[in-house]
Amino acid sequence: MNFTSLYTAFPEISLAVFAMLMLIYGVVRGERSAQTVGIASFVAVLSIMIFVLKLGFIYSPGFPKLHISAGCYGCYAFDYMFIDDAFARFVKVILLCGSALSIILSWTYLKKENLSHPEYPILILFATLGMLLMVSANDLLALYVGLELQSLSLYVLAAYNRDNAKSSESGLKYFVLGALSSGLLLYGISLIYGYTGVTKFTSLSKLFIDMHQPPIGVLFGLVFICAGLAFKVSAVPFHMWTPDVYEGAPTPVTAFFAAAPKVAALAVLARLLIVPFGSLAHQWGQIIVFISVASMLLGSFAGLVQSSIKRLMAYSSIANVGYALVGIIVGGTAGMQALLIYVAIYFINTLGVFAVILSLRRKGKSLDRIVDFSGLAKTNPLLALTMVIFMFSLAGVPPLAGFFGKYFIFLAAVKAGMMPLAIIGVLTSVVSAYYYLRIIKLMYFDDGINIFDPLPEFGLRIVLAISALYMIVFTIWPAPIIDQALIAAHSLTGG
Amino acid sequence: MSQPLYMAAVFFPLLGAFIAGLFGRKIGDRGSQIVTCGGVLVAAALSIKIFVDVALHGEIHAFTLAPWIQSGTFTVNWGLQFDTLTAVMLIVVNGVSSMVHVYSVGYMGHDKSIPRFMSYLSLFTFFMLMLVTSDNLLQMFFGWEGVGLASYLLINFWYEKESANNAAIKAFLVNRVGDFGFALGIFGCFLIFGSVQFADMFHKAPDLANLSFLFLGHTLPALTTVCLLLFIGAMGKSAQLGLHTWLPDAMEGPTPVSALIHAATMVTAGVFMVARLSPMFEYAPMALMVVTLVGALTAIVAGSIGLTQFDIKRVIAYSTMSQLGYMFFAAGVSAYSAAIFHLMTHAFFKALLFLGAGSVIHAFSGEQDMRKMGGIWRKIPITYAYMWIGSLALAGIGLDGVFGMAGFYSKDMILESAAASSHWFGHLAYWLGVIVAFMTAFYSWRLLILTFHGRPRADAHTMEHVHESPWIMLGPLVPLAIGAIFAGWYADDWFVGAARSNFWNGSIFVLAQDNTIDKAHFIPEWEKWLPMGFALPGIIFAYVFYTLKPDLPGKVAKACGGLYRLVYHKYYFDELYDFLFVRMASRLGRIFWVGGDDGIIDGYGPNGVAALTGRIAKYIGALQTGYVYHYAFAMVIGVAAFVTWFWFRS
Repeated sequence: MNFTSLYTAFPEISLAVFAMLMLIYGVVRGERSAQTVGIASFVAVLSIMIFVLKLGFIYSPGFPKLHISAGCYGCYAFDYMFIDDAFARFVKVILLCGSALSIILSWTYLKKENLSHPEYPILILFATLGMLLMVSANDLLALYVGLELQSLSLYVLAAYNRDNAKSSESGLKYFVLGALSSGLLLYGISLIYGYTGVTKFTSLSKLFIDMHQPPIGVLFGLVFICAGLAFKVSAVPFHMWTPDVYEGAPTPVTAFFAAAPKVAALAVLARLLIVPFGSLAHQWGQIIVFISVASMLLGSFAGLVQSSIKRLMAYSSIANVGYALVGIIVGGTAGMQALLIYVAIYFINTLGVFAVILSLRRKGKSLDRIVDFSGLAKTNPLLALTMVIFMFSLAGVPPLAGFFGKYFIFLAAVKAGMMPLAIIGVLTSVVSAYYYLRIIKLMYFDDGINIFDPLPEFGLRIVLAISALYMIVFTIWPAPIIDQALIAAHSLTGG
Repeated sequence: MSQPLYMAAVFFPLLGAFIAGLFGRKIGDRGSQIVTCGGVLVAAALSIKIFVDVALHGEIHAFTLAPWIQSGTFTVNWGLQFDTLTAVMLIVVNGVSSMVHVYSVGYMGHDKSIPRFMSYLSLFTFFMLMLVTSDNLLQMFFGWEGVGLASYLLINFWYEKESANNAAIKAFLVNRVGDFGFALGIFGCFLIFGSVQFADMFHKAPDLANLSFLFLGHTLPALTTVCLLLFIGAMGKSAQLGLHTWLPDAMEGPTPVSALIHAATMVTAGVFMVARLSPMFEYAPMALMVVTLVGALTAIVAGSIGLTQFDIKRVIAYSTMSQLGYMFFAAGVSAYSAAIFHLMTHAFFKALLFLGAGSVIHAFSGEQDMRKMGGIWRKIPITYAYMWIGSLALAGIGLDGVFGMAGFYSKDMILESAAASSHWFGHLAYWLGVIVAFMTAFYSWRLLILTFHGRPRADAHTMEHVHESPWIMLGPLVPLAIGAIFAGWYADDWFVGAARSNFWNGSIFVLAQDNTIDKAHFIPEWEKWLPMGFALPGIIFAYVFYTLKPDLPGKVAKACGGLYRLVYHKYYFDELYDFLFVRMASRLGRIFWVGGDDGIIDGYGPNGVAALTGRIAKYIGALQTGYVYHYAFAMVIGVAAFVTWFWFRS
């Protein structure tokens, strides 16, 4: 370890220090500090995000570089335990952005539901820290530690509304099943270590390339690791916690779940499968194809009969993970680029949907049934229009951003000769279009109680405006994201 | 005269239609009337000038406006051609149309969508002009379809009326049948001539007279087949027997529409087409036979139906159909110029009759049933006079060598040509035509007497309101009346007389051995007098039936029983078609709809898939039990399955 390591991991270190400072401040100041902590956390996350955006450009020639081409500088730290490359930075920006927006989203809700405690933003900070570490992990153990830091914070967040039975239940379920999945993951790691003697990604990668036929133990380890991560991304058949947790957790927490940890877990899975296990693509491909197809099918079909918008979003996220996994299956630069574009669009799309759900209140009570959307267009046309944008985008209707997300994924699949996957993807997205369009139909063509509270304060509006604009602006000016995703994909595949 | 003026005669009505149609709201009712009437009146004035230049001074003009279709060897341009045939049609179309336009200003004065009406009328005029000025078959077809569209729009002008909707749809569909034939005919022309330009086709026709082609293993004479296909198109548009059922129903449209489209111009398009294509038909004697027979049968069938109808407009409609039959059998015996002559005179007196009938209907506050009219000739003397003129012209009353009404010259020429024909079907047509002359006179005077004479059969309220139409409606009838009186006498020499070869100037072609008009001078004297000998008794019979012995019609009807019912119900054509086509089609449609679409396509397609989707969704939903151990179990099963998979694979 040397001084450069500290520099490379500066975002994580500063976030950790800041989170602990906030914790102390919260404990000292008590309940009153909730708002201050919230605002400070928001500002801090945002500043770190900006730092990460710039990080790639400030490595001086003295640092051990990964790739010099195409402006994608990267750097190892802590004796190759930690990596900072364009891929990690791309995902980190998404994660930090998602966290920041989740913090704003929560303000009104928490205040109205009497849940405004300083712990909330602090837990989000720790979860974010865990995710950043995961994404930058270059070692199975570092990965596990980051993952656990994230998971523990999320368990608590799910049960955050502890006086509410559903919230507690969901927290408990998540914890129990999460523990099981961690166990699977850890067991897989130990199998890999047992058969190879190393845990570093780079060493594993070299080892597997030289290996003619991997021992069965390695394959079992791979299965266990995949299962553990599949749980985190809520892919079938490890998805079953998702609807219950999405429904039971307080809505802003659900929004956070949908936006950040999914992205982090997908990124980790991608790095893991592409870098250390890259030469075993034929083996893990069989697993991932299955869980991807199963996720697309189940997410699309099960969503049809839901009555709770939060459960619906849970199934929607399962289906979307299925699409994202297609990107991993395709692999290579094109697949990775498609995956990154997909998550960059999806996370903000889903945050927007949750912003709408959070805005939907009748006489102070939050609404979460799908039929509650009935007649929204008459009382609150602007909110309804925003929702239309999000729903069309999720359904993949051009020219909104969501269309391009799916387009790049399926294009990559078709170019890689994986026609069946692309066809299943398109067909299931037709099925899922039903439940997205149904909400639009309810808002515009059905009569409901037609009483809604006016649009809430600043925070939610900001999120609504940013995410809705993003859906449209991406169409006109997609270059920054597409280019950065390409650089990030290069840094991972070395292409 | 220069090209722009020729084009103005065709495109001014389009301009009027365009302005009134798109900016009707802006320029208002009055503005629309001025624009459309102005456009057509200017076009009519130019038509007279064109007639003088082209027909009388022998100038032939042809303009190519723009390329239209170019595909391989198939080339069609937008082109206008002005020969005598076109010039005559221009006079007829623009002349009648302009009068109808002005008449409509009065007749439709209280309607709530005047701009739309005027725009449609002008649009119709434009398409009709395209039809008659075209120099190729395809552009003719363009005009042909265009007038069909305008006819549809105008029949359905009062679209709130369901009967108008049905009539419009009927007109459109029946015409589709004919148009299908026309389209096939065009394809056939391209097949055998390699071009659809009239000039090319006519040039090649003599050499190809004996050409044949194979169709489904049969050898068919090419030219005859193509001519018959084109004639099917003509049958549809000109309401010839078999494809005629739409014309009486088309009377649902406003009366000016009936006068312009369903009497004077559009329905004569078929006759025009046969005359235009005379260089082809002349080499297809079989086709000419069919044309003659269809025409003669139409004349007598429609004439007989006309005897029994009570709706004033329907009587005139059947009369129109019957007269169209005359024109067709004239064309069939190669007397194309007589057919066009009758087309022209008929346009005058039939438009006059229709507009006069409109004036009567106007006077009776919208009543069309002649059984509820009568006894008003003193109250509306001018209309009465018009109707007399029209009826005299229609019945063809005149004295040979002295003077006759318009119809006298043209109809006699047709009958004499038929008598002079060297074919058996010509003589048949002559005898049927003579009988029709009797019928024509009978129903014309039946109409006059029932409408104007006798004691009033309308209720007192209606009778109080009986009034002469305003001059905006009576004025336009003056030129038509003059035409109905003098057109035959004045133009006889040009159309069918000594001056005719100079007059037609090659626009109509007749083989030397079929020159029936020449031969018509040499038929026996009694054959010349016979038509008049039948027409006058028709008038007398009508007088006896409806004035002297008013109970006679009822008795005759009872005595004839079945025959009367057959004729009164229009030979049950509508019922037959309803049974054969409408219901069959509807039943077939129902089978495809209920069985095919709902049952198979929807049942297994969208609805089936949707239902299946819903069922799958429910099953999957049932998996979500809410128990942690079920969830954990699923995860463990998943891992176990993957491990097993790899275990057996490696």
